[in-house]
Amino acid sequence: MTVTFLMDGKEVIADENKTLLEIARENGIDIPTICFHEVTTANALCRICVVEVEGQRVLQPACIVKGASNMKVQTRSEKVVRARRTILEMLASTMDLSEASEIQMMMYEYGASSSRFPDAERRESEIKDDNPMYVRDYSKCLLCWRCVQVCAEDAQYTFAINFDGRGFETQIGTFFDRTIPETSCVLCGQCVAVCPTGALKPKREFLLEKGISPQEISVLNTGRKKRK
Amino acid sequence: MIKPDRIVTTTCPYCGVGCNLQLHVKDEHIFKVTSPFDSPVNHGNLCVKGRFGYDYVYHPKRVTTPMIRKTLQKAGERTQAFDLSEWRETTWDETLNYVADRLVEIYKRDGSDAMAVYACAKATNEDNYLLQKMYRAIFRTNNVDHCTRLCHAGSVVALQQATGSSAMSNTASQVIQNDVFIVTGSNTSENHPIIALQMKEAVRQHGAKMIIIDPRRIELVEFAEMWLPLKPGTNVPVFSAMAHVIVKEDLVNSEFIQNRTEGFNDFIESLDKFTPEYAEEISGVPAEDIRKAARMYATANKAAIYWGMGISQLSHGTASALALINLAFLTGHIGREGTGLNPLRGQNNVQGASDMGCMPFHYPGYMRVDNPDNRAKWEKAWNIKAGGLSLKLGLTTTEILSHAHEGGVRALYIMGENPMMSEPNLNETRKHMQQLEFLVAQDIFMNESGAFADVFLPATPFAEKDGTFSNTDRRVQRVRAAHAPRGQARVDWQIICDLAQRLESKLEVDSAYWKYSNPEEILREMGNVNSDYAGITYERIDKVGLIYPVPDMTHPGTPTLFKESFPRGRGKFHPLDYIPAKEAPSDEYPFILTTGRVLEHWHGGSMTRNSVLNEAYPEARVEMNPADAEIHGIRNGDPVKVKSRRGEVILRATVTEKTSVGVVFIPFHFAEAAANLLTNDVLDPQAKIPEFKACAVQVFPVRKKNLPNPDAILQRGRY
Repeated sequence: MTVTFLMDGKEVIADENKTLLEIARENGIDIPTICFHEVTTANALCRICVVEVEGQRVLQPACIVKGASNMKVQTRSEKVVRARRTILEMLASTMDLSEASEIQMMMYEYGASSSRFPDAERRESEIKDDNPMYVRDYSKCLLCWRCVQVCAEDAQYTFAINFDGRGFETQIGTFFDRTIPETSCVLCGQCVAVCPTGALKPKREFLLEKGISPQEISVLNTGRKKRK
Repeated sequence: MIKPDRIVTTTCPYCGVGCNLQLHVKDEHIFKVTSPFDSPVNHGNLCVKGRFGYDYVYHPKRVTTPMIRKTLQKAGERTQAFDLSEWRETTWDETLNYVADRLVEIYKRDGSDAMAVYACAKATNEDNYLLQKMYRAIFRTNNVDHCTRLCHAGSVVALQQATGSSAMSNTASQVIQNDVFIVTGSNTSENHPIIALQMKEAVRQHGAKMIIIDPRRIELVEFAEMWLPLKPGTNVPVFSAMAHVIVKEDLVNSEFIQNRTEGFNDFIESLDKFTPEYAEEISGVPAEDIRKAARMYATANKAAIYWGMGISQLSHGTASALALINLAFLTGHIGREGTGLNPLRGQNNVQGASDMGCMPFHYPGYMRVDNPDNRAKWEKAWNIKAGGLSLKLGLTTTEILSHAHEGGVRALYIMGENPMMSEPNLNETRKHMQQLEFLVAQDIFMNESGAFADVFLPATPFAEKDGTFSNTDRRVQRVRAAHAPRGQARVDWQIICDLAQRLESKLEVDSAYWKYSNPEEILREMGNVNSDYAGITYERIDKVGLIYPVPDMTHPGTPTLFKESFPRGRGKFHPLDYIPAKEAPSDEYPFILTTGRVLEHWHGGSMTRNSVLNEAYPEARVEMNPADAEIHGIRNGDPVKVKSRRGEVILRATVTEKTSVGVVFIPFHFAEAAANLLTNDVLDPQAKIPEFKACAVQVFPVRKKNLPNPDAILQRGRY
């Protein structure tokens, strides 16, 4: 079955099971995404993909809402642009976006100011360097949930990490805050691959960035006595 | 953030899954590995080895200069030289001339039977094709083999006898189409991690039912409908009892049996003795579970079998695989999508090295060497006078070493293998290695076997070469260099071409042709004779690999085999007998030892023990069941000695339910506690595969000071 409706004033025809985001992309309409990833289940967490649907009280997340006949969708209305800009400004006020190049591009595109909320409390935490393969810097984490999803049923079925804490204190964590080697983690790095902000980073890349040479890294690796 | 100078797409060098990798290169150095999410093989997922285990390429211990031993080694007195002060660094010219002189001298004196070569399931198709070409065309010997002999030889022989083919019948990505599937003798989560993800997806997202038949409580058991914990070495009675149930309860696919198979009547007669109760007595698997599993497999619409070394690495490995094949023939679960007989191949290119003819009985394309028609084809391809190539079957991996004596094999060339870790009964292997008159090692590290050599030829790992690998589901994929070889290291196929031309000129014979300008020319030469690869060009596999057979340039590949018929015509049922493993537990040796791999390491450890992976799993461990541990007064982490009739090792114990009562497990990666010192070198009579999966051992506590120091191993080698 197909559905026919208006998107940005243009008639679109699509399969009834497709989301507004998929339909937009098929029709060359750009809707930004942050938490959405082609290999993870869409959860509408970040809300950057919201669009305006006529007759709906609030903006609708395009990554999970399906197209329906006779819908009228605006992907760049003033309300939509303001919502996206505000989301970006809130992110920029509370976390470290220095390695999130796609989000930086969006901020430029939407004219978002990183100083709009000067009193915001920043989500800062120490770098967790507790395993040989990757480091976790949750100051850079925007809680997109992709890492948790690929660790669970979207790829790995390992269930080593999950949301921890509530509200502002929410963070990605392990059960009982154990170190990674003490969890069910198999160090596959699926989580590193889908991280959009550099919060998860391969250890080798992390060490090279710190200016440690490949030769020095090799010695670190084999001189196990130097480590615990 | 590091911005890459370039991103190079290639294929993972570890297991047979063949995951697609993107190497992020900065300043001629890989700093990160990712995978494309649209990869048809692994969908962007990798395991710890593929994603993080590439750093061995840059390890300071890597040998990148050609070297010759300072002291001339004599047969019978050959020693290992790990210390590089015992080697002299030389030039390629001097080294290859020396190799050519010594090989020619031995060949002229003792003839073809004195020459032998181990090919390499880690190297490319192109490297392997040329290596067997060099030995067959120049030395006229079929003494060519590689580690397929030690992993799936039983499966290959069984599949050839029963179907005429020797690879997975279906692709791994078809797992999600299965309604029921059996995983047996395979710890898939650790050995083929990405296929295990697809198995879990099949169960959790697509409603498939998984049956595990394995002595260990492997991770997949958590996702399984049933777990049949059989004793090691009792495959044939369990699978044959399943066949017994399928026949007795009339769950057979009569149409398939009638139209596609032969030998059914003889086969059902042989099943009489294999009642589920008989199988229970031998294997320990409850008869009722055998019945239930048989019904589940037989009555499914689409069912498949996936198996690993637990089937093939036995002195009756061929029979074990035949027992699985019989099940597929009885039920017709073969020749359709989502069904099949699927041996999960271990190495990244063990399928390819076999396809390239690196086996003593076959030319490339599984063409028997004792068939004069096949010989004529390769004589034509290699510019050899009619009747020049040998019709004599060559020696297998294990036989090559056991024939290392006066009048037998005198010179051995090893490309990338490490028999001093991977052969069974290493104390015996050591004696054989000592008997060699001349030994060449072409490798990247000075490993336990290379240390025995006269000459070390520094070759390149996957990240420094172009070519192709063929993965476990017959998909031929591109391998691309991320950067130039380190130091003076050279690409394997170029070393072989250089050496081959020196050999030909010293022997004053016509050239079989070695002047390739790129690896694709090599693949084309092979594909012109081997029809499976006839339609494969680098251009066609630039983005996505092709699944052979690809008989012509427009053929799209063959993901599912045997749709219409089997290569041998009809599938052949094989009546079987139960032959127990050679060693049964006794009062003196009460445990059965089974060996295998762990997620973080690879085989003899040349790569992974020189990698950050070694930090994740730094020392050898023996797994034993808590009930056994308690009886012997062993706690988790205690040092123990494990002793068989052939050798002993000292290592720490991991007390875990993962291993069944009466069974202990040791991974074979660790030189300081090499599991293969213990294993039994008894061979399967047809496939010549050793019995790695079952031997009798004793285990007792020792003092901590007896533990070997792994750092002693790690410090060997360069610098």
